[in-house]
Amino acid sequence: MSTRLAKGGRLIDRTAPCEFTFNGKRLKGFGGDTLAAALLANDQMLVGRSFKYHRPRGIVASGAEEPNALVNMGQGGRFEPNQRTTTTELFDGLTCTSQNHWPSLEFDVGVVNNYASRFLPAGFYYKTFIHPRFAWKHIFEPVVRQSAGLGQVPKDRDADRYEQAYAFCDILVVGGGIAGLQAALTAAKAGKRVWLVEQTAHWGGRAPVDGVEIDGQPAEAWVKNAVQALESMENVTLRARCMAAGSYDHGYVLCDEKVADHTPGDGRPRHRLWRLRAGQIIAATGAIERPLSFAGNDIPGVMLAAAVRDYLINWAVAPGDRTVIVTNNDDAYRTAIALKEAGLEVPVVLDARASVTGELPAKARAMGIRVEAGKAIAKVKGGKRVTGVAICAQVGQGSVLEEIACDAVAMSGGWSPVVHLWSHCGGKLRWDEAQAQFAPDKARPPLNHDGAALVVTAGAASGALSAADVLLDATDAAGGGMAPVATAPQEAAMEPVWIMPQGAPVDLRMKMWLDYQNDVKVSDVQLAAREGYTSVEHTKRYTTLGMATDQGKLSNINGLAVLADSLSAPVPQVGTTTFRPPYTPVTIGALAGEARGEIFQPLRTTPIHAWHLSQNAYMEPVGLWQRPYCYPRAGETHEQAVHREVKNTRTNVGLLDASTLGKIIVKGPDAGKFLDMLYTNVMSNLPVGKCRYGLMCNEQGFLSDDGVVARIDEDTWLCHTTSGGSDRIHAWMEDWLQCEWWDWQVYTANVTEQYAQIAVVGPNARKVLEKLGGMDVSKETLPFMQWADGTLGGFNARVYRISFSGELSYEIAVPASEGRAFWDALLAAGAEFGMMPYGTEGLHVLRAEKGFIMIGDETDGTVIPQDLNLGWAISKKKADYLGKRGQERPYLANPDRWKLVGLETLDGSVIPDGSYAPAPGFNANGQRNTQGRVTSTYFSPTLGKGIAMGLVKGGLTRLGETIEMTKLDGSTMQVKIVDPVFYDKEGEKQNV
Amino acid sequence: MSKVASALGGARFDGFASVREIGPLGMITLRAKPDVPGLAAAVTAVTGTALPAQRRIEVAGDKAAGWMSPDEYLLIVPYTEVKAALATLAEKLAGQHHLAVDVSDARAVFRIEGTQAAEVLMKLAPVDHATLAPGELRRTRVAQVAGAFWADETGYSLVCFRSVAGYVMGLLSHSATKGAELF
Repeated sequence: MSTRLAKGGRLIDRTAPCEFTFNGKRLKGFGGDTLAAALLANDQMLVGRSFKYHRPRGIVASGAEEPNALVNMGQGGRFEPNQRTTTTELFDGLTCTSQNHWPSLEFDVGVVNNYASRFLPAGFYYKTFIHPRFAWKHIFEPVVRQSAGLGQVPKDRDADRYEQAYAFCDILVVGGGIAGLQAALTAAKAGKRVWLVEQTAHWGGRAPVDGVEIDGQPAEAWVKNAVQALESMENVTLRARCMAAGSYDHGYVLCDEKVADHTPGDGRPRHRLWRLRAGQIIAATGAIERPLSFAGNDIPGVMLAAAVRDYLINWAVAPGDRTVIVTNNDDAYRTAIALKEAGLEVPVVLDARASVTGELPAKARAMGIRVEAGKAIAKVKGGKRVTGVAICAQVGQGSVLEEIACDAVAMSGGWSPVVHLWSHCGGKLRWDEAQAQFAPDKARPPLNHDGAALVVTAGAASGALSAADVLLDATDAAGGGMAPVATAPQEAAMEPVWIMPQGAPVDLRMKMWLDYQNDVKVSDVQLAAREGYTSVEHTKRYTTLGMATDQGKLSNINGLAVLADSLSAPVPQVGTTTFRPPYTPVTIGALAGEARGEIFQPLRTTPIHAWHLSQNAYMEPVGLWQRPYCYPRAGETHEQAVHREVKNTRTNVGLLDASTLGKIIVKGPDAGKFLDMLYTNVMSNLPVGKCRYGLMCNEQGFLSDDGVVARIDEDTWLCHTTSGGSDRIHAWMEDWLQCEWWDWQVYTANVTEQYAQIAVVGPNARKVLEKLGGMDVSKETLPFMQWADGTLGGFNARVYRISFSGELSYEIAVPASEGRAFWDALLAAGAEFGMMPYGTEGLHVLRAEKGFIMIGDETDGTVIPQDLNLGWAISKKKADYLGKRGQERPYLANPDRWKLVGLETLDGSVIPDGSYAPAPGFNANGQRNTQGRVTSTYFSPTLGKGIAMGLVKGGLTRLGETIEMTKLDGSTMQVKIVDPVFYDKEGEKQNV
Repeated sequence: MSKVASALGGARFDGFASVREIGPLGMITLRAKPDVPGLAAAVTAVTGTALPAQRRIEVAGDKAAGWMSPDEYLLIVPYTEVKAALATLAEKLAGQHHLAVDVSDARAVFRIEGTQAAEVLMKLAPVDHATLAPGELRRTRVAQVAGAFWADETGYSLVCFRSVAGYVMGLLSHSATKGAELF
């Protein structure tokens, strides 16, 4: 059984007890525990069930590489699945449950998959569910979805806050072990701006556990001094609990800092995502131990050898009373020695190597530990917990020589440097035959913009595994200098062991686990090779090896070595799969940062916004702007509100907040010439004081934006754009001025937000303004399509007589800071004239009744002005304008192009949005031919019937013809082609 | 003047740094190339400062001139003096190709103050404060919107577009919340 020892535990604080629950059981731990350590201390080795076969799973590792011990953490707004117990800090009140089982962890019906495992090898998904074809969507997929995943999906909104922060440094050192500390000290002493980040809550890494001595003192002491020295340096920033998730171009690194995971609800942001720009990254990220592949290596109680001694020394937890060690290297003997020194039993060390000669094995033997060379585990005994091992010869086929009782197995297959940050932005690897590991190829680092190495590795991450080499390598990585001297026992060579025993038959190979989380076995990878998969990337996807939340940290190398062996190819030829960020999963909240709720997006509001809300206006997004769609009164539907607003505007007077429309000032000696290029019509001859409706096309000739241009003075024009167009058109203008016509003397300024712009619209509009008083707004002084500056009701205003509704209409610009006050004044003045506000939908209906086009409805990027009967706006005199040549291309000059018409159903109903007019026959794809489509469609309260605009082949040459148009249920309706101007054809109402 | 309102009416948040909306400030966008004859004199006449060099802001009391781009300056004067300032510019730059417009109402301005004020900005803008020179006007983005800021002895002034004042106030408040200090 696993127990807490009475003494020791360098990371725990026995004066700070914690209570927590696991599957409803109340358990105890200490401050400084990881959740995994605390579970083991309570003899809770069984922590979950595997994904496919629902096999019992126990804690295997002590860090981020843990594949099994994932739990559902927390409740309600703090619930989060798949939390790794080995990296979760224990806190008082922690509550968690194990995953992927029903009804319980101990008795899981899903384990029936395990008994059918013969029929559920890798690839069974693809082979089984491919036929019959129809069954996937309705039968297989829902079932697969139901069983997919390990943890449960959170159902409540995340209760925590998150944020991001930007930081800059010369050197970012990743990893707070002795390599990282030494690299940081070296770089800091050289005057560099240094950041040092460590993913756990403590400094020092492996060295204090492994009994390393540095400059004559225990590693622990050296680490403490190093941290203190770094903390005292102005040019150094230290962050613990901070995981470097990925390295990107130009030294950009994302680090996820777990600010308050261990103190939930204390008001601090739970995570902070650091967005760091570093001159260079030193990856002192260490190495991860590899499992050995023997039958039953997944039974709870089988653990990585270094993890066993981590629990022992860091947390005073003995995973087992009797632990068998199995290894192919000297390092694992440290675990045997540590266990024995703690008074625990080590019945035997099984060393796969034929000859065992190193200092550590010698010390173990001297302590009375039995060491067997050339021996292996044939299989592990036990179901939910190890009960013993069956021993065989490594070179044999697994005949059992002896059985030994034990309750834990500590395995070591060697070490793999953590090369992720090196690889993320292109660093290459080399295969180190002697250590059987992929290590960074220092000759081919990822490169920065100036050809310098963007990432260098330090310590075990470089492949250097002895402590002495680690410190030399780290000092060198940081620029060189005096390295502290570490002493540790000399280690003899390791031997790669990819299958144990070497000649194991298939029934043993079917129980040798490579990927614990996704249930991928040695036999699965061998099956993939037999089925023709030779690429490691294909094998990964076919078997799902390395695709679980642990991202293959324990399985990738073992898996590709088995593949190489199956293909009779050398390991480096098979290679690794691509390393991609994040190094370990990053919670989505951190990636969103502050962007949630009210500040999810930068919503843009006009100066009148508060008033719209006070009237319970129904708001709609127009890009990022918030505009009122309509102002429903009590008991009104939106539709009724819109009809009321439209009718009132045509009968009395309406008030519209048009502040979102773009307003761009264009000034200079060449401004007229410039605008003549941007618009299809001539703007240079627009007289001062007048307004002209203009169209802008892109270079392809397609209609891009429209709006009224006003001539302000000799060399100044004001261009209105659509609400969605202001930033875009301003950028378009500046692009041409900066990149093409840079010698033209033109300046632009986007003054959209400087003014609130309010439209007073309807037969009583003039009366309202005259009531306010201050300027002459009569027809004689201010006729249609002119503007004038003056005062109204004491407000300085610029008044444009322009109309998008076909009614008598004034659009009035006042400074934005006076916008609300002016709006209020208009409402007061308009009350006696039946004034009502109207929203964007009313606006759309009013203009449609008049046959005015709308950018985004009548245009979609494929429509030219000529399609919309707007040829009158295209100057014949101009030699050139943006889009002219595009429009001359045969496809756009083709008379068969669909043209704008009005559309009216015979029964007065409304044509649905998106309706098409079918034509006889079918095209090459077997689809019905079409001869037109609707672009805008509404119910017109003014006319009491449905009206629409659309593009139809032949356009108004077919005036009066009736065509079919599709309905949502697949049937068609009868529609007549009519004049698009449904109301006040002569345009008299806007001219009064 | 009671009818003149700033974007947020002087909203305020106090966390580990204080954030408040100020203004409206008088602001003029002046577009002109630096070699335009009389430009320096025109700017001095309006703000009392020299013409700012690249990324600098020159301050003289409650007036300032900031460099925005190779052919754009930001002139800051009291709100009630903008009209007169525009007239001065028109007179001094008559005949020279330039554009001067009032943008006082198009912006919202915030003050961020306190010993840890920089940390508020560090969360929102990709700016290295260690290399931010005194008297530097930095155009950057503030989370998802464009913004510009400069430092003085008591804190920072941050400018953004009026329409997103609510969003920016939300960002600043979130970032300045007690317990969320960076260092």
